[in-house]
This record gives sequence, structure tokens and C-alpha cells, in this order.
Amino acid sequence: MESWRDNRFVFWLLSLPGTFWISLFFIVPLSVLWIYSFGEKTGITDVAITWTGQNYGRVIEPVYLQIMWKSLWVSAVSTLICLLLAYPIAFAICFAPDRWKPILLLITILPFWINLLIRTYALLAVFRTNGYVNKAIGWLWNGIDWLFGGQHPFQPLELLYNNGSVIAGLVYVYLPFMVLPLYATVERLDKSYLEASLDLGASQLRTLLSVTVPLTMPGIVSGVILVFIPSLGAFLTPALLGGANAIMIGNVIETQFKSANDWPFGAALSFVLIYATFGILALRWAITARSKGVEF
Amino acid sequence: MSEPIVSIRNVSKKFPGGVVAVDQVSFDIGQNEFFALLGPSGCGKTTLLRMISGLEPMSGGQILIGGEDMANTPPNKRPTNMVFQSYAVFPHMTVEQNVAYGLKVTGVAADETKRRVAEALDMVKLTELAARKPDQMSGGQRQRVALARALVKRPKVLLLDEPLSALDAKLREDMRLELTRLQETVGITFIIVTHDQDEALSMASRIAVMEKGAVQQIATPAELYEHPVNRFVADFIGKVNLIDARVTSQSATAVHCEAKGLGRIDLPANKPCGATVCIATRPEKLKITRQEPQEPGLVKVQGLVRDVAYYGDTSHVVVEAADGLNLAINMQNDSRGGGAGVARGQKVWVHWLPAESIILTE
Amino acid sequence: MAAVLWNRTPQGPLEYSRRLWLKLLLFATFFFLYSPIAVLIAFSFNTSKRNITWQGFTLNNYVVAWNNPDLLDAFTNSLIIAFCSTLVSTLIGGMVGLQLWRFRFPGKTAYEAFMALPIVIPEISMGVALMAFFIRIGWLTSDVGWPLNLGPIIVAHIAFSFPFVSIVVRSRMVGFNVQLEEASRDLGANQWQTFRYVLVPFMKPGLVAGALLAFTLSLDDFVITYFTSGPGSVTFPVKVYSLVRRGVTPDINAASTVLIAITVIATVLAMKLQAPTKAAKG
Repeated sequence: MESWRDNRFVFWLLSLPGTFWISLFFIVPLSVLWIYSFGEKTGITDVAITWTGQNYGRVIEPVYLQIMWKSLWVSAVSTLICLLLAYPIAFAICFAPDRWKPILLLITILPFWINLLIRTYALLAVFRTNGYVNKAIGWLWNGIDWLFGGQHPFQPLELLYNNGSVIAGLVYVYLPFMVLPLYATVERLDKSYLEASLDLGASQLRTLLSVTVPLTMPGIVSGVILVFIPSLGAFLTPALLGGANAIMIGNVIETQFKSANDWPFGAALSFVLIYATFGILALRWAITARSKGVEF
Repeated sequence: MSEPIVSIRNVSKKFPGGVVAVDQVSFDIGQNEFFALLGPSGCGKTTLLRMISGLEPMSGGQILIGGEDMANTPPNKRPTNMVFQSYAVFPHMTVEQNVAYGLKVTGVAADETKRRVAEALDMVKLTELAARKPDQMSGGQRQRVALARALVKRPKVLLLDEPLSALDAKLREDMRLELTRLQETVGITFIIVTHDQDEALSMASRIAVMEKGAVQQIATPAELYEHPVNRFVADFIGKVNLIDARVTSQSATAVHCEAKGLGRIDLPANKPCGATVCIATRPEKLKITRQEPQEPGLVKVQGLVRDVAYYGDTSHVVVEAADGLNLAINMQNDSRGGGAGVARGQKVWVHWLPAESIILTE
Repeated sequence: MAAVLWNRTPQGPLEYSRRLWLKLLLFATFFFLYSPIAVLIAFSFNTSKRNITWQGFTLNNYVVAWNNPDLLDAFTNSLIIAFCSTLVSTLIGGMVGLQLWRFRFPGKTAYEAFMALPIVIPEISMGVALMAFFIRIGWLTSDVGWPLNLGPIIVAHIAFSFPFVSIVVRSRMVGFNVQLEEASRDLGANQWQTFRYVLVPFMKPGLVAGALLAFTLSLDDFVITYFTSGPGSVTFPVKVYSLVRRGVTPDINAASTVLIAITVIATVLAMKLQAPTKAAKG
């Protein structure tokens, strides 16, 4: 690596387009949004900048606090389910025979490349009242019911448009984000730590809790962040799978910009989301800084 | 030998893909032995050690520890503990926590744990470093932690997988002495895996030499060196001159043969040999003289000095005789003029007593 | 599958991939991930108008989708946007990747964080920010006609794609043996020739992988496009979104299947190219 001073021309040549693009088409728009968040709505798309704080004041009204609380716990539950599923999956892939590893890894990541909307749409088709999940449950139900005399024919279940379906959708969409960092850390983990633990008399469960989990913590933290942040700001999944009563903060932001036309309030909500993201990243930074003495 | 502590019976290991790492191996290890599994890399020694610990499942056979069949005993229930090649000292725990781990997870009472951990740390001289994390320690210190962590469990057998390979030469020397001292103090059977013959010879009370998944010979270090049973063992342990020979006739006490470069020679032998044999002689048993030696009964040959390597206490000389026979001779430089006496290109006589040679049939 | 599930040789304590429950979990997860997509693809070939019972094989849905001008326009828009965005993102991202790999400079950590901002900021916040910005400067409201009205979307896609490209290119360059460059200079090549004949060939797999990544990112994006598209610049995902809200029809399945095929091919290609090749390490 050389110092930028040694080759100033090339340095500036390489850095200018990227810096320009991010500044103009990312930092400036965000700044506009930030200024809007202190403005007042005067027309459909007109905003007067009055440096008022009332948009942020509205954020803590009970109705929005409730939505934010729901966004938080729905994201937390989705993240937890992803973690519980992905941890054993990452292990299974790492300990699989070498010729299986790339195939299993590809199968795990491939859905991540398929369009988010198409995947959510596919889930919609499977979960609706006359979708396949209901068909399978109905088939089972009717079979059991037939054994007991056929008194209670199957009524299709409403599987969509509730918090459960949103959680299922978020897990479906973000699971690969959890598997990848976990796989990377488990793969790097020296397996003799686990063998040493077993050899010293610890059971498999004890080894998992006392050795494996602490040593794979960086991967767990990365995975949790990669799933939790996009879940928190999710808009498409709750919009399609959640219906009217499973609104998350992303849907409120969308409404402010697309139909309610209250941009200042939408901007304030967007920045609450951004601050939350920064808060989570800062927390992560604090965690890694604290455990810096440990070499994994 | 007293009651064996470890019995290995027809143990085999086949890996998926058909590689046979260990092939029908059987032997016993006695109480309080310092036993070494020695062999080149890929000979199956580490696999065998891991099967004793239970970390590697067996494909066939039986392992008994303290008379009990270990077939259905997982590694965490076996009376063995291992010192790993990479030490595997948990990086997220202090030295004390590492040593206490094995006691904690098996439900040993807190006060007893504390006492035993202190004892173990004292034994490996790490009491002052008890609060350190492994990443603040040297390789040698980490190895002591691994040792204390295993010994504190008071296993019936301590397994050591290439314990010295990650240390530098000076430290390795010290650790050898330390390990032998420890073994004598704690009175536990040690099984050590190594590819380094010096390590095995200097530490072990008995050595099993392995190659291609099979045990070639089990013997004390001296027996192994002086009486190897086959070509592989003779060649693997120390340096040796191997000379092919054709047997012409054999009596009850001697064998007459036609050896490459040496011509007709007679060697003492009490076992019947086949048509061809291999004569093995250690380089330090060979002597060099300028004049032809006159004593009767010597094996002797004239040749040209091809190479002299001076090592201070010894000189390693290579002499080329007839038929392209190269002989390696280790000369003790026991007088000031000793090593300098032989120079490249000189014509010399090499000779030795027939009793110093061993006849190898395989 | 049976041979994988029932294996007779004894299990080692760390052979987790051979635990039956883990295999079942892996299988169940893959089923959960793939069955909805499989159903979607299967029913793009169904003769029934309703997406639930299989009545027979047909390619008719693809013909219907092809003849739906809205759907076809949206699809064309998506491809044009992806193409333009890929071109620019690869160029800018490649330059930033090279810069970060090559140079040491004050404030580098902050600069890296700055470049990673579009990756960490929630998509929806970036989407509404760009929407407010484009309306403010009049790009979304002025009637410039097709294809210039795709401009804002392309600009937005470049903004979130090129940081990813720079990461891919940079990680590729980490494997570069600097002595190759020194050898080139030693043999008399000037800086430009060294760049052209030594660095660029080494960079190429990284650039191609980065380009494919940018392509799929653009093709996949819904949220940011949704906020930066106007009435005349609808992309395929945005079109599907408006249709899905009205109901599920087989021609959407057909068009989706085509899009899935395109992204899967691009992804597999990218993975192949990103796999470290021993010969290139130098």
C-alpha cells in the first residue's frame, strides 16, 4: 500500500467519481430529508422549513410508539428465529463432506438473489386461504376427521395478514443473511476447541454453550445486525403479508410520502429509523471494542 | 508387564473414500508407561490416538481402558484427556478458567476445584499467570496450560498429540525433560504421538513404530535402535547402512552370503533366513583406517572418501566402495587430530565386527 | 437421499452433518425456502386461471405476459435500468475499490464508512430521501419522455450498487502479488502500461463478478425504485407490486419465472468467477 502523496493524480482520479456520486445522490438527498423533518406541510409536495420540532413530537404519540414497539418486537422475533434456524444450518454445512459444501452453500444463498418482491409474492400464493399450506392442513385435518366420523369438515385458516405471517415472511426473506456470517465464523473456528471441551468431560450441550457460542459470537453479532436492521425498516413484507393490522414503521413512512403526503412527518420517521440503525451499529462497535483482548 | 491400562484389539479405521488409516492394530500399554506412537506423517498414529480418546469413531475392533470396553463411551465420559497439537486453550477464558473447565463441567465441588486447580498450576509453574488470557502468553506457556488442564482431571491415561511440534528447538529440549519429570511425579500413563525419533527415543519407555496404518515394532528405545525387526524400522530410527545380500549357505550359528560391494562375508545368525537378506549396520559401528586392518574376522572393504562433514564432536564420512556401494561412517573426534585425519579423495579401509550388523529378512 | 440419511459407519462426536435431526432441519429449511418458488414456477405453466389446481401444461401464460404491454414495458425498463446502472457502477466501483486497496491516506476509516453508508442505511429511508430530492430538483415532475424519465432510477441504482462493486473489486485485489507490478516496471513498462497489461487482467474476474452483482441488485430492487419511479417509468417489480395487490394471476408467474431465470444465471456465473483461481494468484 502506498501513500496518497506518492501518486496524487491517480489518487484523485480514482476517488473523485465515487465521492461525487455518493455526495450528490446520497448525502444531499439525506440532508434534504433531514431539513424536511424540521418543516411544516403547506401543500401536497410543498414544505415550509420552520425548524419546528413537532414532527419528532408526533413520533412519540402513543399510536406511533405502538407501531414502533411492534416493529421492534416483530424484528426481534424474526431475528431470533433466523438465528435458531441458521446456527445449526451453518454447522451442518461446515461439517458436511467437502464435495457437498459448495452445493449446500449455493442452495442457501440462491434465494437471496431472487427478487424480494417475487419471493414475497410466492409466499403469498402459498399461504393464502386457498393456498398450499391450507390445502395440506385441510387434507390432514379431513383425514383425521374421517377417522373420527367426519363431524367437523375443515375450515380454511386465515394464515395471512397477521403478525405471524409478517414474521414468517421476514424469516423467509432474511434467513440467508444470517447463515452466511455464521458459516464464515464456524468455518474459521478451530475445531480442536470443541474436541478439547468434549475431551475434558463437557457434554455436547455444555460445549455449545460454554465454548462454541462464545467463540462464534462475532458471527452471531454480524448475523443479528444483518437481519435486524433490514427487518426493522421492512416495508414490502408487512405491506403484502401483513395487511391493515400488521403495519410496521416502514409502512407508515410509505404512507406519509405516497398517500398522506405529510413529508415532514415521514422524514422525521425515516430519521428515527436511521438513528436506530446507527444506535445498533454503535452497540456492535462497543461490543467488539470490549472483547478486543480476545483473539478468535 | 502388569495389568494393561489400555488394550487395543484389532482396531481399524477406514475413512470414507476407502483410505485405511489404521489397519487391524493390536497391542497393550501398561500402567505408568511413557508410551510413544512414532511414525512418518500419514501413518495413522494420530488417528489411533484420537480413537483412544473417542474423538474419532473406530471402523472395527475394540479399545479397553482400565479393563472396560470403550465402544459406547463418548469422549466426555472416557478416563482419558488430551493435549492437542494446537493446544486448543480456550481463548475466551483465563488460564485459571481453562484449567477449572474440566472440573466445572463434571460437577466437581467449587472448593475442591479451587484446590486442584491451584495444585495443577503449581505443578506446571503457572501460578503467577493464573489471571492471564491465552493471547497474552507464549507458545510454551500455552502448552503448560493445556497440560495442567488435562492433568487436573486425573485421567487414567494422558494423550499427547505432537505436543512439542509447535515449539522452537530450545524450548522443545526443555519441555522433553519437563514432560518426563511430570510423568514420574503424577504417575499417569502417557501416550505421546510424534514423528520425531529423537523425541520418542529420549522420552518414551516403550515405542510403537507405525507405518501405513500398521505397527511395525514395539520395543524399548535401545532395543528399537539396536535390534530393528525390519528395513523400515532400521531406516526410520537413526541412520543406517543397508546392504543387499544373497544367502549362499547357512549353518546353525552363521549365515554365509554374497553382499553387494563386500563380496563373501559370514555373519552370525540364529534364525533361518530366506534367499535374500539386507545387512543393516549403524554408521557409528563402522571404523576407518588408512592401512588394511589385520585382525581376523572383520568385515572390511576398501574405498574412496567421497564426502566429509565436520560436526565438532563427530564427523560424518561417506566412503564409496566397489559396485557403487556407499557407506556412511560416524567418526568420534576423540582426539584433536581425529576429524582432520580423513579428507575427500583419500583411499581408506572401512571395517567393522560382524556382530555389529543385523540381518533383516523383510 | 436415502444413502445420505442412513449411513452405517459409526458417528464421530463432531460429525454434525451426519446427525439425523440436523439433516431433517436442513431439508425442512430448504423446503421452506424453495417450495414457494417452485410452486410459483410450476404454476406459470398451468392452464388453469386460478393458481391452485394443476390442470395441464401450457406456455400460454408466457404469451399472455408477452402480449401485456404494461408488463412488457416494465420488463424492458428493468433491463435498460439494470444495464445502464451496471455499466456506471462497475466503472465507479472499480475505481473506488482500486483506490481503497492501493492507497493509505488520512481519514481512510471514515472514508470507508462514508462509502458504505448506502449499504447500511435502511432502504426505505434512502428511497424517500431520493424521492424528496428528485421532486425538489424537478427530475420526477418534469415531462422528459421515455427513456430519459428512467434517469432518476438509474442514478439511484448506481448510488446503492457501486459501493458493493468496490467491495468485490477490493477483495479481489487483496490477492494481488505486488511484485508482479514491480516486475512489469522493472521490465520497462510505464505506469499506464503496467495498469493496462498487469493490473486490469488480474482485476477482471473481480470486475465481472462486481458487474453481475450490480446487475442483480438493480434488477431485484423494489423499495428504492418504488419511490423514484414516475407514472411512465415503472419497473417490473413495481408493476408486479401493483398487480399483486389486486390478485394473483398466472401471467405474473410467467414473467417472474423469466426474471428468476435471469438472476439465477447471473448469480451462478458470478459465483463461478469469484471462486479463487489458483493460476491467477501469481
